[in-house]
Amino acid sequence: MAQQSETASASLSTIESENRGTMLDRSQLHSTPGFYRRAWRRFRKDKVAMAAFALAIFILIFSFGAPVVSLMTGYDFARGDLTKTLLGPGEQGHLLGTDANGRDILTRLAYGGRVSMMVSVLAVISALTIGASVGSIAGYYGGFIDSVLMRFVDVIISIPGITILLLLSVWFRPGPVGLAFVIAALAWTGIARLVRGEVLTLKNRDYIDAARVTGASNSRIIFRQIFPNVLSIVIVWMSLALPSLILYEATLSYLGFGVRIPQPSWGNMLDEAKEFYRTSWTYVFIPGFAIYMAALSFNLIGNGLRDALDPRLNS
Amino acid sequence: MSKYLIRRLLGMIPLLLGISFVVYALLNLVPGSPTDQYEFNPTIRPEDRERIIENLGLNDPWYTRYFTWLGNVLQGDLGNSFLNYAPVDSAIMSALPNTLILSVTSLLFALALSVPLGIISAVKLNSFFDRAVTIISTAFFSIPSIWLGLLLIIMFSVQFQSWGFPSLPTGGVRDLRGDSGFLDRVEHIILPAFTLGIVQLAGWTRYVRSSMLEVIRQDFIRTAQAKGLKERAVLLGHAFRNAMLPLVTLVGLTIPDLFGGALIVENVFSYPGIGRLTVQSLSASDYSVAMAAIMILAFLTVIGNLVADVLYGVMDPRVRFD
Repeated sequence: MAQQSETASASLSTIESENRGTMLDRSQLHSTPGFYRRAWRRFRKDKVAMAAFALAIFILIFSFGAPVVSLMTGYDFARGDLTKTLLGPGEQGHLLGTDANGRDILTRLAYGGRVSMMVSVLAVISALTIGASVGSIAGYYGGFIDSVLMRFVDVIISIPGITILLLLSVWFRPGPVGLAFVIAALAWTGIARLVRGEVLTLKNRDYIDAARVTGASNSRIIFRQIFPNVLSIVIVWMSLALPSLILYEATLSYLGFGVRIPQPSWGNMLDEAKEFYRTSWTYVFIPGFAIYMAALSFNLIGNGLRDALDPRLNS
Repeated sequence: MSKYLIRRLLGMIPLLLGISFVVYALLNLVPGSPTDQYEFNPTIRPEDRERIIENLGLNDPWYTRYFTWLGNVLQGDLGNSFLNYAPVDSAIMSALPNTLILSVTSLLFALALSVPLGIISAVKLNSFFDRAVTIISTAFFSIPSIWLGLLLIIMFSVQFQSWGFPSLPTGGVRDLRGDSGFLDRVEHIILPAFTLGIVQLAGWTRYVRSSMLEVIRQDFIRTAQAKGLKERAVLLGHAFRNAMLPLVTLVGLTIPDLFGGALIVENVFSYPGIGRLTVQSLSASDYSVAMAAIMILAFLTVIGNLVADVLYGVMDPRVRFD
């Protein structure tokens, strides 16, 4: 209710200011904030989601600014000092300590984050491309295409995902970019189902019929009429899928089937650290904590976005 | 009901065939062969290596080998390990009970806690308890189990030992020097089962809470309250049973995650189950063992889904099996 009255007073003040001016712009007079603007207002009021948003921005800046972090710490991510191994946080100028090869953990964390975040973000985008295409084709055309595609999705969903990831990873021995595609090859099924369901309900709406009557082609209907209406689901899915893909990347790298050393990623940093769990617990704690914070922040953002974009749930 | 069961069981056959074909193809299209280990071994002559490859049948195209493999499996022969030539079924049979014990323990642990926590949260909506449960379950939902497992080891195995408290073992399934009795097995299952169950626990608690909230608002609950039933009877007799229905579906849907999670947790805790066997055999290019291990995981998942569907029908009399 508060939002509505706020909106109303905002448009009233617009009218007043417009009346005082010389020109009356009708389009501005009747403008109410759009769907995404209203969603953003709801999102901004969600303190947890905003805190998570700030944390996620910080993690992204820290990760993709890895060379800057390296400049600030003064250490190289690959070169270690073997006289200074397994230092604790804060010892001898190493803010987060050093690893078993005497390399600065903070610097490695930034470089590892760059790889981990790059893989996860690329995987989400590729999974979205595959899943949204498959889902909209299956939902829009229906019939035989639909059942073939959806049975295929059923088969993929009914096997533990990590085994498929291991198999694909053994097969391709991918670098970071390839790893993103391998993860995407598994992760597209969720959004494919969501988009298919939404397209199924949307395609029988009157405005789709109206578009068809005006002679719009199938692809025009899919991209111009249906796509804007599934966009909010897609946004929520992306932010909720990203944390699970971050965990997949970390797990694969931890098991030795993901990003391979010497290239650091949070997962293989944890793998390297695990042997030293008796001597240096901070060494084990730090990379895992980074994975956790990244996954948690995007998950909270996803929850916030879901609440903001789906007002039906806001009771 | 029995008709439905038979149809579902028959439907599993093409599904499992499809999975086995895809997995076999993936495994055998991989560049590299189990005999690569002999290539640079000075004690093995190239002609011996050729002979080993011929004996293993690796000169045939993979699709021929798939049908040979399938025929053998249908006769109960899983073949031999490419690595140590031991029969695959003995490796599987020693690992399978461990994985089942781990998965079932963590499933029960997650169910036993998430159901009461979710219900109390929903009934005492917006109370301190509710907020605490919501925050904790959100926090645990995205925790990486590899990290959680290592932290638990550091805390309860290493630190507790150094502080002189009773400590838990760091991994494995039994104490190699001890009596390996029941208590010993329990000690070894606590940390892995907790690690595996915590993610499900967090997700299910949130789910039970929202499902319970939805049911509580419905008319038949008001009717039950109006006719003077005690609050306890309304909650447990009327609301609880209806709120549990979607949970059964959810549990069925998370079964792939459960076995996938078991694979991860087994590797963190050096727990000798199917998941650890899968990773070890894949790392060693021991494809006959990997094939069997992955198929067992897929088989367990398919069975788990079937059980969940059947349970759903048993719990909800409105569902007709036809």
